[in-house]
Amino acid sequence: MNVARRNVVAALSGFVFAIGLGLSGMTQPNKVVGFLDFGGDWDPSLALVMAGGIGVLLLAQWAARRMARPLFADSFPVLKRNEIDRRLVAGAAIFGVGWGLGGFCPGPALTSCGIGTRAALVFVPAMFAGFGAVRLWDARKRLAAEDETGLVEARQRAQPVAGS
Amino acid sequence: MSHFTPLPSLLGGIAIGAAAAVLLLSNGRVAGISGICAGMLGGEEGDSAWRWLFVGGLLVGGLAFGMVRPAAFQPGIVRSAGALALAGFLVGSGARLANGCTSGHGLCGLSRLSPRSFVAVGTFMATGALTVLVVSRFFGGAV
Repeated sequence: MNVARRNVVAALSGFVFAIGLGLSGMTQPNKVVGFLDFGGDWDPSLALVMAGGIGVLLLAQWAARRMARPLFADSFPVLKRNEIDRRLVAGAAIFGVGWGLGGFCPGPALTSCGIGTRAALVFVPAMFAGFGAVRLWDARKRLAAEDETGLVEARQRAQPVAGS
Repeated sequence: MSHFTPLPSLLGGIAIGAAAAVLLLSNGRVAGISGICAGMLGGEEGDSAWRWLFVGGLLVGGLAFGMVRPAAFQPGIVRSAGALALAGFLVGSGARLANGCTSGHGLCGLSRLSPRSFVAVGTFMATGALTVLVVSRFFGGAV
């Protein structure tokens, strides 16, 4: 029952999110570039998008703190990470270069796919390739780490045998 | 090049915030687009349907809004397919490395006053501005 409700909410949320993006100007790459062009003909519109969005979400966070749990789910998300590490800074730096280069971030690019603009249809598959590349990289690192611990365990097991 | 549009941008931001707020208060989920997309294939069992539905909602919303106001989807900048593909790859990989994008860090994270998100937003705004500067100074605004 709650699963069905959550699914309906997710679809509606995506729909309203897209309308907001379209209305805000985020789906026009030249407005993104105009916002990032601090030294040139600066267009501050996107600061207002952030202000509007953050304003509503501050209220939502305040409400969430006063609710025992979400309406249709068991718990609110818990912060998994706290540390500011190299991965965060490097990732954000890479993200920014792509954002400035294409004038798209993930939400507006997907929304623009709905109407099928050429730019979005090129950008979005490449974006998913980027998601996949990091996933592969993480999986390989995990595998390598497991291999190493596996080796260490094997050595530890081998040592007493070798000593006896 | 682009004009200041205070009212539509503020209203659009409020709509985006409302969509994210509903997802949080009803489903206990963070509306981070890159995170939602990355979990569409695989990941935890029984955790992918809502992601597909959210992205489906985004696509249908884009289609609906584009039919009413096609001008909202005008690129307004000149970018080759190669530049767009490179940009897409950088956005996708960067967002996963940083565990969030403009929505996850920029809206949800900042409103939760997360230090990680402040660092992420400051960093991607800085490198984004630098990229725009390089493109306009050295490439005449078209790549």
